[in-house]
Amino acid sequence: MNITLLILLPLLTAIVILLMQNATQVKWVSMMGATLQFVLAFVLLFSFYKERQLGNTSQMLFELKYNWFPSWNISFHFGVDGISVAMIMLTAFVVIAGVLVSWNVTKMTKEFYFLLILLSMGAYGFFISLDLFILFFFLEIAVIPKYLLIGIWGSGKKEYSANKLALMLMGGSALVLVGLLGVYFSASIHSFDLITLSLLHIPIQTQLICFPLLFVGFGVFTALFPFHTWVPDGHSSAPTAGSMFLAGISMKLGGYGCLRVATYIMPEGAKEYASIIILLSVIAILYGAFATMMQKDLKYINAYSSVSHCGFVILGIGMLTKTSIIGSVMQMVSHGLMTALFFAVIGMIYERTHTRQVSEMDGLLKRMPFISTVLFIVGLCSLGLPGLSGFIAEMTIFMGSWQHPDTFRRVATILACLSIVVTAVYILRAVTKISMGPLKDEFKNLTDATWNEKLAALILIAGILAIGVAPFWFNDLVSPGAEIIMQKISPITIGIK
Amino acid sequence: MIETLTLMKPELIITFIIFLLLFIKIGKGVKSETMLLLIQVLLLLNFITGFIFNSEGNLFDGMYQTTAMMALQKNILSLGIYLISLLFASWFKKSEHMLEFFILMLSALLGMFFLISSGNLLMFFLALELATIPVAAMANFDLDKKVSSEAAMKMILSSAFSSGILLFGISLIYGATGTISFTELPLYLDGSPLQILAFLFLFTAFAFKLSIVPFHLWTADVYEGSPIAVTSFLSVISKGAVTFIFISTLYKVFQPINEVWYNMIMILSIASMVIGNLFALRQQNIKRFIAFSSIAQVGFILVGISSNSAQGISSVVYFILIYIFSNLAAFGVASAISSQTGKENINDYKGLYQTNPFLSLVLVLALFSLAGIPPTAGFFGKLFLLTAGASKGSYLFITIAALNMIISLYYYLRIVRAVFMEKNEQPIEKIEIDLSAKLALTICAAGIVLIGLLSWTYDYIQSLS
Repeated sequence: MNITLLILLPLLTAIVILLMQNATQVKWVSMMGATLQFVLAFVLLFSFYKERQLGNTSQMLFELKYNWFPSWNISFHFGVDGISVAMIMLTAFVVIAGVLVSWNVTKMTKEFYFLLILLSMGAYGFFISLDLFILFFFLEIAVIPKYLLIGIWGSGKKEYSANKLALMLMGGSALVLVGLLGVYFSASIHSFDLITLSLLHIPIQTQLICFPLLFVGFGVFTALFPFHTWVPDGHSSAPTAGSMFLAGISMKLGGYGCLRVATYIMPEGAKEYASIIILLSVIAILYGAFATMMQKDLKYINAYSSVSHCGFVILGIGMLTKTSIIGSVMQMVSHGLMTALFFAVIGMIYERTHTRQVSEMDGLLKRMPFISTVLFIVGLCSLGLPGLSGFIAEMTIFMGSWQHPDTFRRVATILACLSIVVTAVYILRAVTKISMGPLKDEFKNLTDATWNEKLAALILIAGILAIGVAPFWFNDLVSPGAEIIMQKISPITIGIK
Repeated sequence: MIETLTLMKPELIITFIIFLLLFIKIGKGVKSETMLLLIQVLLLLNFITGFIFNSEGNLFDGMYQTTAMMALQKNILSLGIYLISLLFASWFKKSEHMLEFFILMLSALLGMFFLISSGNLLMFFLALELATIPVAAMANFDLDKKVSSEAAMKMILSSAFSSGILLFGISLIYGATGTISFTELPLYLDGSPLQILAFLFLFTAFAFKLSIVPFHLWTADVYEGSPIAVTSFLSVISKGAVTFIFISTLYKVFQPINEVWYNMIMILSIASMVIGNLFALRQQNIKRFIAFSSIAQVGFILVGISSNSAQGISSVVYFILIYIFSNLAAFGVASAISSQTGKENINDYKGLYQTNPFLSLVLVLALFSLAGIPPTAGFFGKLFLLTAGASKGSYLFITIAALNMIISLYYYLRIVRAVFMEKNEQPIEKIEIDLSAKLALTICAAGIVLIGLLSWTYDYIQSLS
């Protein structure tokens, strides 16, 4: 299949949205666009499997290359491997759920959906690019829609949050840019092509300078400590679909970049800085978990717990074993689905109760059985209950981390494990308080989820269950990609038995 | 004779238009709408003829030279002038001295054409004067405003000062090398202290014209005081022309001492970016704001210039082309608002999107392009400047430049925030834009979107440099 469709379809949808006359038309066009994306992602998944079954073992499938700015050696080079397919599936799930959840947006509907679809285009483009310039282009395209989504449709101190988010993310991408330029000029062939660069050996001095630039740059997107400060503000101010996209898709751009760009083309740099990465990720995991315990606002709870959960992604990358890298891709997808669902539920609750304070809610299960059940499911996924995706992902990361015999990594793994206990505390406390107990009088007339909200939640739950119950298909999908990254690393990794 | 005609075609056409306008001025009795339409058509023709019958060669003993690249540069300026004539139509119509304004503007343009083509320091000096003095008169065109005269005064004084320095530098160069020809100079340049001193003076004069920090002090006041049409002319056309000749003198004439100027450019570039950005943060008046942001933009252009390669030239020319579209779009919107409501303050722009969606979208597109956000062309422009600069391998320099993009993003987003997010008790009412301004804004918006995405524009420039 032609994977440029993944970019062209959102682009076309966005243009058609601009031509629409009224809000209803806009909604249905976006819905159709999101559904087509969803279908397209599944078509991609199945044709990917088919190619692999037919024995096509090349690193990237469905490769395409068009020249663009030949004088800089830049080209539209697209292709996918298992890791990208997994991320594309995640994006498609979150986009359709996000469109469904924002069915009731009345303020500037056209602009709202336009930006949502544009954001999804940026994400797809990012995940399928094999040219680092194009990758950077799509990374930056995805920033401004977030800024506008938060600033216009957000709540609370939205202007401040939007500014903070845009500036921090742009700061991250500026570091990425410098890192990319460093790689571009120090490679023996001046090229932005990921595959070409991975075959060349980047000089070790360059790696020592450029790896941290790229890793921290992408790390800002995925809430690397101490650059996570935009996460709580950004998530809590954003409208529901904005938070879902932000946490579900946009934070994953960073993790994917750390893995696919920084670690893959500069393995020695990754090895050199591994202990710092592990240290930072463990701090993020624990700090995020403890900070969540102190939160009273549901969105802040999920935002801080995202910091903690994304710490696992970084930890998995920092550990540099095949298992941990698979785990970290799983964690990205799992967290993407889970956190999108969590924000969707928070949005549904807020729309009805007009509060996000945990202390002000009681016994909602009686009036809103569906929403509260979803809340339970997502909470349990977050604390790592077996059978749901969170458990599989975190477990895989711990398994991969434990393969290292040295004390530092073992201690780090144990500390990271401990956060699960803390997670259980804050999740159970919040979920129980909201759904159990006597119902307050002012909540007597609340209604349960509407069709669109139910559909959105069910789609995301299906994704969570699919990974949680049958993780092997996911493992099969991702492991060849992880294998290739490990082949670059393993000659220089010592000490793994 | 024929050779003179073909080689000097752009200059001759401009001279012809100037004379035509002078004769019409004598005749009088033409309505200003018809007059403006005529001028617009003439400028459009001037732009179109820039593409045809281009040839390369020297005239007058190498005093005047032209290449395909120079023809392109002149054409970029012609395009800018054409857009200006469309954008500020409502202001032109109101002015009773419209013809004089265009005569002055075209004289300045003629000066810039000669400047780009100059092959000799004397020619260079004359052309620079011709390109500067009419602009000072133009700055004074809001006849009933005191600030306008003040701007003109500041402009003429600072230009006179920089001309003096330039002349001193030229005389020193002549003393040190015995020649003023651009082709012979590199042969005699060996980096002796006297030559470096002479170069320093020359460089200072350039820095004045380009308002590079620390020679930027005149910029904000002049930009604020002048009518918006003149401000945009200054910040786009003048700056573009001087940048073109700056880069070609540095690369061709002063190539033997490139280590000297690389460091100078690096330091001044960092200073311009940082100071321009930090001052722009606090500005309330949109014209002052653009003035300081344009100082930062010049700092960015210097990053590209520092690369000292063919990529350097092409990325700078490409950036100027994009800069013309983005900056003119921003100025066009500001002028449309200011000419009808008199509001020039950023806070007045709050809630603009509710009443004027078209203007807001163009403004935001322009600001994103200036800030370098994809998919606008500014992203590519800035990125290629940075890439060209990075070829020298100075990470610190590039990192500072990249981080300055963030600072600049902050203040560009301030306007975006005002336009889209903030509420206003008395938003600016619906503004009637006349047809030609609408056309120009559409052209600018299309340029901002397309120049980046269509990569052949860059390849074309690259093929010439």
